[in-house]
Amino acid sequence: MEKSTFKTKAGLAQMLKGGVIMDVVTADQAKIAEEAGACAVMALERVPADIRRDGGVARMSDPELIIQIREAVTIPVMAKARIGHFVEAQILQALGIDYVDESEVLTPADNRYHIDKHEFEIPFVCGARDLGEALRRIGEGAAMIRSKGEAGTGNIVEAVHHLREITGGIKALQAMPKDELMTAARDLGAPYDLVKEVHETGKLPVVLFCAGGIATPADASLVMHLGAEGVFVGSGIFKSEDPATRAKAIVEATTNYRNPEMLANISRGLGEPMRGLEIGQIEEAELLAGRGW
Amino acid sequence: MPMIGVLALQGAFIEHVNRLREVGADAVEVRLPADLDGLDGLIIPGGESTTIGRLMDWYELNEPVKQMAADGKPVWGTCAGMILLAREVDQDSRAQHQPLLGLMDITVRRNAFGSQLDSFEADLVMPPISDDPIPTVFIRAPVVSRIGPDVEVLATLSDGKIVAVRQGNLVATAFHPELTGDQRLHRWYMHLVRASAKQPAEAD
Repeated sequence: MEKSTFKTKAGLAQMLKGGVIMDVVTADQAKIAEEAGACAVMALERVPADIRRDGGVARMSDPELIIQIREAVTIPVMAKARIGHFVEAQILQALGIDYVDESEVLTPADNRYHIDKHEFEIPFVCGARDLGEALRRIGEGAAMIRSKGEAGTGNIVEAVHHLREITGGIKALQAMPKDELMTAARDLGAPYDLVKEVHETGKLPVVLFCAGGIATPADASLVMHLGAEGVFVGSGIFKSEDPATRAKAIVEATTNYRNPEMLANISRGLGEPMRGLEIGQIEEAELLAGRGW
Repeated sequence: MPMIGVLALQGAFIEHVNRLREVGADAVEVRLPADLDGLDGLIIPGGESTTIGRLMDWYELNEPVKQMAADGKPVWGTCAGMILLAREVDQDSRAQHQPLLGLMDITVRRNAFGSQLDSFEADLVMPPISDDPIPTVFIRAPVVSRIGPDVEVLATLSDGKIVAVRQGNLVATAFHPELTGDQRLHRWYMHLVRASAKQPAEAD
């Protein structure tokens, strides 16, 4: 019997597929998320929209809050550590939660290196804007990838962009003759063995979710069509007018993303979505997706 | 060719679809009651049992699935699927609102090993299925904490915990045979399906 193998780490992400992982900031929100059919919750102190509004340094959440949320639900609990902050990740592992998100939504702790995730028993999910970034994170031990999008905006455009970059990169590698793969690995800045694996299998070695801008059931369906295997919804639920109803609708849309008649029904009467942000009006320094190396 | 449904509301359903196709079944994804028409068997996959259970409630899948089981069609639940097939979850499971089909006379304990940090791989000997150990993956897995008189134990861990059971045409496994390349459990399940459909079993 062998614990915390890569198969068990990546396997939990496989169990989350087709589901919605929701950001929650209190135990009560976690219960609402679970009732609405969330397959996991992300425990944090502030949703990305508030992090963006408040400014300052965003760090790992207070363990007290994470424990309260863990005790409120039976579904898996994730929490965020800063990029490169392996001690925050050690603390999260010690809390006995289920997944660590090494996240660009928090202020990076290291402006050159990410966490060596192979050293941990707890699995990690990491953000990526393109295939090279995804494969670097997997090379470091990430057991799940999420396209980054632009968190806290309620604007799907960057999520679509990053998802298309990743899936387009996969298709390009798949179509490439084998003798071009080393150069492709150099250009992508990605480990050769992973490049070769993607060339052979036509998919990432781990599960791919989409994050950063999903605010409506239609958004969730859109990214599932584009190759996401599930979705993270951050600010989109609890910054909307009627979180419980919207949460359930996004869960249903993720399951039935290929069924427009059902989506039409699911999307009715949900109240106001979160107020969105135009990406072009955000100052360059306040864009989160560029964090990660 | 037997047609097997895989409940595709949430979770690792593609893995089961792929395994079934490898062993010669026609596999279809099931989301709505109409998708169950004409199926010879159903697999309820791993995923989040509360999520899958709620979606089954919302889409009114519980009664038609119970009818399939009553008609003698083989129904197999893995991990979350085991929980959904059970009659009850025990007190230690903490789940306040775990929807259940209640088809098998077993009690399960959810997350019986702890958090994700206690997920593991193990080789299991399952004499009814194979004489050689079968590689298995347990992820935030349940165990069977009580069995009724009609329930047959298919596999236990070395400490005696019950992790695979059968009750007539119903099968439940706490682990994920669909995550390994091993096809033996899916082949064995297809034998059950062929037997129930009264079709002659094909030689391997």
